[in-house]
This record gives sequence, structure tokens and C-alpha cells, in this order.
Amino acid sequence: MLDLIVFYTAAIVAIGSAVMMIIQRNPVASVLYLIVSLVAQAVLYIQLSALFVGALLIIVYAGAILVLFLFVIMILNLRGERFDTETNKLGTGTKYTLAVVFFLELVMVFREFAVSRNGASMATRAIENFGDVKPVAELLYTKYLFQFELTSILLLVAVVGAVVMAKKDSDDREGNS
Amino acid sequence: MLEYAIIAAIKVTTIIVVVLTGCAYATWLERKLLGHLQHRIGPAYAGPYGLLQPIADAVKLIFKEDIVPDRVEKVTHSLAPIISFIPAFLSFAVIPVGDTVSIFGRQIDPVISDLNIGVLFIFAVTSLGVYGIVLAGWSSGCKYSLLGGVRSSAQMISYEIAYGLSIIGVILLAGTLSMQDLVTQQSSIFDWFIFRQPLGFIIFVICGVAETNRAPFDLPEAESELVAGYLTEYSSMKYSMFFVAEYANMITVSCVVTTFFLGGWQGPLLPPILWFAIKVFLFMAFYIWIRGTLPRFRYDQLMNFGWKILFPLALLNTMLTAWIKLW
Repeated sequence: MLDLIVFYTAAIVAIGSAVMMIIQRNPVASVLYLIVSLVAQAVLYIQLSALFVGALLIIVYAGAILVLFLFVIMILNLRGERFDTETNKLGTGTKYTLAVVFFLELVMVFREFAVSRNGASMATRAIENFGDVKPVAELLYTKYLFQFELTSILLLVAVVGAVVMAKKDSDDREGNS
Repeated sequence: MLEYAIIAAIKVTTIIVVVLTGCAYATWLERKLLGHLQHRIGPAYAGPYGLLQPIADAVKLIFKEDIVPDRVEKVTHSLAPIISFIPAFLSFAVIPVGDTVSIFGRQIDPVISDLNIGVLFIFAVTSLGVYGIVLAGWSSGCKYSLLGGVRSSAQMISYEIAYGLSIIGVILLAGTLSMQDLVTQQSSIFDWFIFRQPLGFIIFVICGVAETNRAPFDLPEAESELVAGYLTEYSSMKYSMFFVAEYANMITVSCVVTTFFLGGWQGPLLPPILWFAIKVFLFMAFYIWIRGTLPRFRYDQLMNFGWKILFPLALLNTMLTAWIKLW
């Protein structure tokens, strides 16, 4: 009973704030709604006894990445800025097609994972402490080792790219002055 | 179920009351100790040794007018003190202050919840505290506040990495993420992680001071250049909420350092909770001593120190510890 109350509260908050994030015109309010949504998602993970995944979600996304978002918004000083003007290059037809495609994809995922298993809830099918530190680490360093290492190389390339771009910029500035 | 709820409620109430009182008297300790460090005597008139000063301050702040300037974003401006206040108190949920005791025939753990990822919980919660400061800076509509907020977010991102990495050595050696297990592994003084992880300890303490925005890392509120940074446009209770949050964060870091590196509640003769209190008190005094001794960093020095010294050192410490552990 208590589980259900927690689940529905967290689910409604997560979806509601995700919707609010999209329809907000104020960038800082969008970021705030995104944080609320992330925290609600972390609650859902914790309810599935995936404490580790829930904590990571908060540490990595809410604690680091969204602080960076806020940092960028504040550096650009978008205070009270409204994104009213049409800057989107996609046509109306393309937008609706994309929306329908994504919605169908969502429905298919739901059919695959939630409905076809005869109503057995996701929570009960999850093995015990499947999202805890040890099981996650075991999967990461055995079954998904290649993908894991590939991701690290990708991140390294991104870091080097960012440094090169910043360096080029400062060289230009020195050349101009 | 009901019994469990009652016990949990009592624990939560006790911790909140103790921490709030602790925050109030941390201000007294700071003013008194800082006074003596500078050859003054500090507060002396309200009660013996100025002991009633925190109460007088609280009464004064409550009766002050709450001034809200015209240019602020109203909602965010009122929300920011609350956002910085709540995470400051959440982390006490996983800090153990003693061994299991039996009261009236019930086994009671002197910790609200001994999560098996307690260490990560602390990092998750403390990383949320920065939003209060950043949003306060952004919503105030004042350039000093904005600069304070920008500085705060940059500082948090820079020091959070070394902060997290410095503790990995301890976790590697202990093989657990539970706070209570960490304490039980430090039963004798030679097992304290401060001796097994000296470099990790130093990095953790430096980053802990930086994360709580205390001198010499108090750039977000540097009063000599930014007036009071993110605090400039706040008054009355909202201001004092930031203040309480700052002191609560100091107490959190002291408790976390005690648990990670200084053996937690372990100690001879005296009851565990007293040992815990003594260690936390000593670390708080150390905090204030640093403030009385070191000048503030310049902003580029702060960034260089974080990224070019602390981060590589923390990485090195992690790799060395992993190597020793495997060897």
C-alpha cells in the first residue's frame, strides 16, 4: 500500500515535471524542473532496490551536469530571457511525424516489457539487489567491458576535442590583438 | 510497523534538535575562538562567557524586517534558502554515532538508516546543496550575487571530483560503502584510515572546506570584493537559513571526516557518543583555526589548485591504493 503511494507520487512528479520542463519559457525554471524530475526518478530506482543506480543518478546528473547547465545559463546571463521567437527550422509536418514515431516507439517498449509478461509488475521480476554496487560492477567489468572501455575512449576524445577548440580560440585572439 | 515508525520519528527529532543547537553554538564557538586567535575576547556580555549570544542573535534575526528588493525573481528567491537548508540536514540520516544499544529490550541502532551505500548517499545529498547558493545568486538580480553564484558553481564542480576521488582509497581498503561498517573496521587507533590513507585524508579535508565555502575557499561570499556574494540581497530569516545551512554543512563535514578517517565513535573508556562528539568538536575547532590563519585564495589560484594539484594527487592516491590492495 505504502509502496503504491510512493510509486504513484514519484511517477506523477517525474512525468509532470518533465512536461513542465519542456513547456517552460524560462531556462532556469526548466533546469529546476529537470532536477525535480531526476530526484523523482531516483526515488523510483530506490523503490526497485537499485539504491546504487538511484544515488548515481543524483550524484552525476543532479549534482554535476545540471550545475554545469546552470553555470552556462548564468554565464550567458539568460535571466528572464524568453524563447518566444521561432528558431526551429523543422517544418510542422516533420515535427508531427517525429512525435508520432516516438510515441509508437514508447508504446512498443511498454508492450514488450510491461504488458506481455502477464501483468507481473516490474518490481517483483527484478532480482534481489540487482542495482546494487556489486551486481552493477560485475556486469560492467565482465559482460559489458568492451562497451565500457569504448565509452571511456569516447569521453577522452571529447575532452581532447574541447581542449583543442578552446586552444584554437585563444590562439586566434592572440593573433588578432 | 508502528513501533518502527515511532523509533524513527524519535531519532529524526533528536538529530534535528541536536544539529540545530549545534549550529547555534558553532556560531558562538567561531566568534569566541576567532576572537581569542586575534587577541580579543569575543562575545562576553550575553550570559556567562557570552553563552546566550546565539539565542540573542536568533531572536534579533526573527524580528528583523524581511526586505525583498524589486528586481528579484520572487519564487526562486524564497525557494533558494530552503533548497540550501534541506540537503544540509539530510546527510545526518546515515551518520552513525554509536554501537547498537538495547533500550527497554529493543535493539536500537544509533543511526537513522544504515544504508549499504551510505557513503554515496552523503555525496549525493551534499552535491545538491550548491543549488541553494547558485539560485540565490541568480535570482537576486544583483551583479555581486550573480558573481557569487557563478563562482560557487564553478568551485563546486572543480572540487567535487577530487572530493569523490579522495574517498575511493578508503572504500577500496574497507571494501564497503556502509558508514557503520567503516567505523567497525577502525576499532584500534592504528586502523584509523587517517594513518592508512594520509594523502586521501589531506585531500578530503581540503575539498571538504572548499565544498562548505569556508575560508580560505569562501570566494562565493568574499566580503572584500563581492560585498557578501549570494547573500547580498537576503535579510532576516532567509539570511539566517543560509547561515544555519552553512554551519550544518560544517558539522556534516566534521561528522563525515570523523567517520571516514578518525574512527567514528570508537574509543576507550568513554561512551561512544561522547567520543564522537569530542572528535567532531575538535574538527570544528580546526575549521575555525584555518579561518583564523589562512588568507583567502585568489580565484585563478583556487582553480589551478583544484584542477592541477588536488585532482592529479587524488587520482594518484586512488591508483596507488588499488595497486597496494591487489599486491
